[in-house]
Amino acid sequence: MNCETIDCLMKCQYLSFADIAEAREEKLKINDGKDSRVLEQCLTCYACQEYCPYDNNPFYLLVERQEEKGILPAPKPIIEEQLRMMAPKGRITKQAVSGPVVDMCAFPMLTGCVRGKLFEGASTIVGMDVFCNIMWLHFAKNSTIRQRVPQMIDNIMSFYLADSGTNELVCFHDECYGTYTSVADAYGVEVPFKPIHQFDYINQRLNDLADAVKPINAKIVYQRPCSNRLVPRTDQVLDEIFEKIRAQRVPRKYDRENALCCGGVPRAHQRDELADELVEKNIKDMLSVGATYCVFNCPFCMATLGQEVAEQGLMPILVSDLVQIALGE
Amino acid sequence: MTTDLTTRLGKIVGSRFVSGEAEERYLYSMDPGTMPAAAPDAVVMPANTDEVQLIVQLANELKVPIVPMGAGLVLSGLTRALKGGIIVDMKRMNHIIEVNPISRYAVVEGGASQGMLKAYLKKHYPQLKHSMPDAPPIATMAGNVCIHGSGHLSVLGGSHSDMLTGMEVVLPFGEVIKTGSCSVSGKWFGRSPLPDLSGLFVGWAGTTGIVTKLGIKLFPNYKHNDVLIFVAEDADLMPEIISQLTSTQVAEGMTPWMSPKPAWAKGFLHINIAYGAHTKKELTFKRNLLQASVREHIDRKIAGFLPLPPPQKGRFLQIPSPDLARFADLRKGGGFEYVGAMMAIEHFPEAYRTGLEIAEKFNVAYSLGARIIGAGHCMMFFFAYAFNRADAEDVKRASDALEATNAAALKIGGIPWKAEQPAQQQIIDKMDSGTFSLMNRIRSVLDPNQVMNPGNWEI
Ligand SMILES: Cc1cc2nc3c(=O)[nH]c(=O)nc-3n(C[C@H](O)[C@H](O)[C@H](O)COP(=O)(O)OP(=O)(O)OC[C@H]3O[C@@H](n4cnc5c(N)ncnc54)[C@H](O)[C@@H]3O)c2cc1C
Ligand code: SF4
Ligand code: SF4
Repeated sequence: MNCETIDCLMKCQYLSFADIAEAREEKLKINDGKDSRVLEQCLTCYACQEYCPYDNNPFYLLVERQEEKGILPAPKPIIEEQLRMMAPKGRITKQAVSGPVVDMCAFPMLTGCVRGKLFEGASTIVGMDVFCNIMWLHFAKNSTIRQRVPQMIDNIMSFYLADSGTNELVCFHDECYGTYTSVADAYGVEVPFKPIHQFDYINQRLNDLADAVKPINAKIVYQRPCSNRLVPRTDQVLDEIFEKIRAQRVPRKYDRENALCCGGVPRAHQRDELADELVEKNIKDMLSVGATYCVFNCPFCMATLGQEVAEQGLMPILVSDLVQIALGE
Repeated sequence: MTTDLTTRLGKIVGSRFVSGEAEERYLYSMDPGTMPAAAPDAVVMPANTDEVQLIVQLANELKVPIVPMGAGLVLSGLTRALKGGIIVDMKRMNHIIEVNPISRYAVVEGGASQGMLKAYLKKHYPQLKHSMPDAPPIATMAGNVCIHGSGHLSVLGGSHSDMLTGMEVVLPFGEVIKTGSCSVSGKWFGRSPLPDLSGLFVGWAGTTGIVTKLGIKLFPNYKHNDVLIFVAEDADLMPEIISQLTSTQVAEGMTPWMSPKPAWAKGFLHINIAYGAHTKKELTFKRNLLQASVREHIDRKIAGFLPLPPPQKGRFLQIPSPDLARFADLRKGGGFEYVGAMMAIEHFPEAYRTGLEIAEKFNVAYSLGARIIGAGHCMMFFFAYAFNRADAEDVKRASDALEATNAAALKIGGIPWKAEQPAQQQIIDKMDSGTFSLMNRIRSVLDPNQVMNPGNWEI
């Protein structure tokens, strides 16, 4: 292994290694399919995907190895029950859609976010039959991703996009975009449509709607989600959005490459005390910089942290809703 | 006779509050369960203890049966007039008489509902709460205590009859008596240290008197509340898990549930664990205790807590829980009944398997579950069957399933709870003969004219 830095493990915020030699040793074990403590202790934060300077997909390999070895990040009934909860329901019917078509993944309660000038003329698609299924990376279930993602892609095409006259799918959630770009690439899944990240879409729309923007003129803190690690380019697009609406993304310790997990997944892994610690660290950090809004792009992060954030006097809000405010909606 | 009866009753309660009309007799002839209709001759709604006393005296004079009734939601037909007579509907006696916030009890009238006490406490004593059953809120405190009901604080405080602190009762012959501390001190703090006469009225299916007042324990109402859902796959582990979770003495309520609907839940065994605390720190501490108690199963990856983000917890913290009521509506047509059987915790796996077998055999929509009573001291295991009351075949299937379940519960070592008349027979068959003989002697002393809810607890 020629890599000199072993950044994938050396930068990990949740596992520590005495030195590069130890990290290399563990990484070699993973590569060779041997037992490694990393496979047992990984928080599945996705960050090593971003840390690797060579795009070597260390996290996907780690999940692959976990599954091969039957290492369960969460108890079996918890994984099995969620597999059933989030399974395709086969209740999908053909629906005429026209561009922009916004994929709301498994979050029907968020379809109300797709409104106003920002999403003018948009159609939404939503439900378990178009669920991106990337969450199984947290549960050592690459096999489910391989099995379900092609089925979802097929559903999206045959029930919506094929007859719509558009080949573009705006992904509201980082996870969907990560699935149809990074995961699909790495797992050899063909994607017949063009995924557009919500940030790219909004950024473009803000160019068209520049005159309607009323500057927010407020400090915000951002809770960067795990799935954004798969598509780090888009974090810069977000900066452009904030710039356009004059929202000041205040630097804080746990943002950007150093973003800290919201605490949701560790709870599923039965590591509640660690999750409490992550929540506390995140919130303390947010409060220390004196912002008005706490901005989320991931609905799950918002569900996990939103209440606590609000109790501490910050307003939890999704990126798209913050932009809607700037547009006076 | 009906006209004479209603006229005489009207003189006691006022003509607006008595009826012998066909409509009322029909409505009061049944409950939502599977038991066949049995109509009363008249229905009366007294306003106070004096009126109850006069009604009971009249019943004795005319040798007419009387059936006490709260909301009539018991589901096992215990408020049907099996031998005709008068149904005494207690709903007008719905006052909250006293709340003692220091010794934490409430004194309510015999027709006061669960919902009423909840609303009253919320308004006047937000620091207090009482244990609610998951029955519709119109269910009465007295009706529930009289059947040894249980509710969302039953791990903390035991069954609702354990929370009873005393009663005022009109005996079958018309005397008014008190049980518990109120019979001596005027305070309703408890049943000790006196001979525990309250036991003469709970579990008797309304055959020993009409409760006109009762005292009930209240508990601290916490600012912070949480629910955990533990999931396992192996029914044989459940007794140990329940015992471990309750050993922390942290949960207020614990309700295992096993249901084929929603489809994702089929085959898994869940336990909802509700607990509360004055501060967040204390809440976290309690959560950690609960989690630590079952850590060995988590570490073996064979069971664990379902991850629930805070916004999803709300529906599991609703009191009463709407889940059973929702299930009751599964087949539409307003039919719902369950066999609840009190049993030792170690019978859980057998009860679970029996429930599945019976549901399959009789092809009924089912939901299985339990309410843990006390710190794992016993449980009320329920086998609920929904049916469409307008569909005779569906009713028959559910009724057969219930009968088979009662027999199976007794075989396992459980005892059908709030047993319907046929199940009472099954219990009596198994009961120690000395016990049943004493029950009969007590009844003949209290009720020489056999007017109180006859047909129940009889051979
Ligand atoms: C959806 C649903 C959920 C339920 N969940 C629960 C639950 O979680 N826990 C639980 O314990 N029960 C539950 N039940 C069962 C039942 O509804 C409750 O126990 C209810 O509290 C019974 O009260 P009631 O006023 O309806 O009593 P009734 O049905 O009116 O009477 C019950 C018995 O008590 C006698 N009685 C009533 N009032 C008096 C009185 N004043 N003096 C003397 N005897 C009297 C009656 O003769 C009868 O034998 C549920 C029912 C439904 C429909
Ligand atoms: S996914 Fe996160 S926790 Fe796991 S090894 Fe990579 S960086 Fe560390
Ligand atoms: S995955 Fe990337 S960072 Fe990790 S050892 Fe390989 S090349 Fe280096």
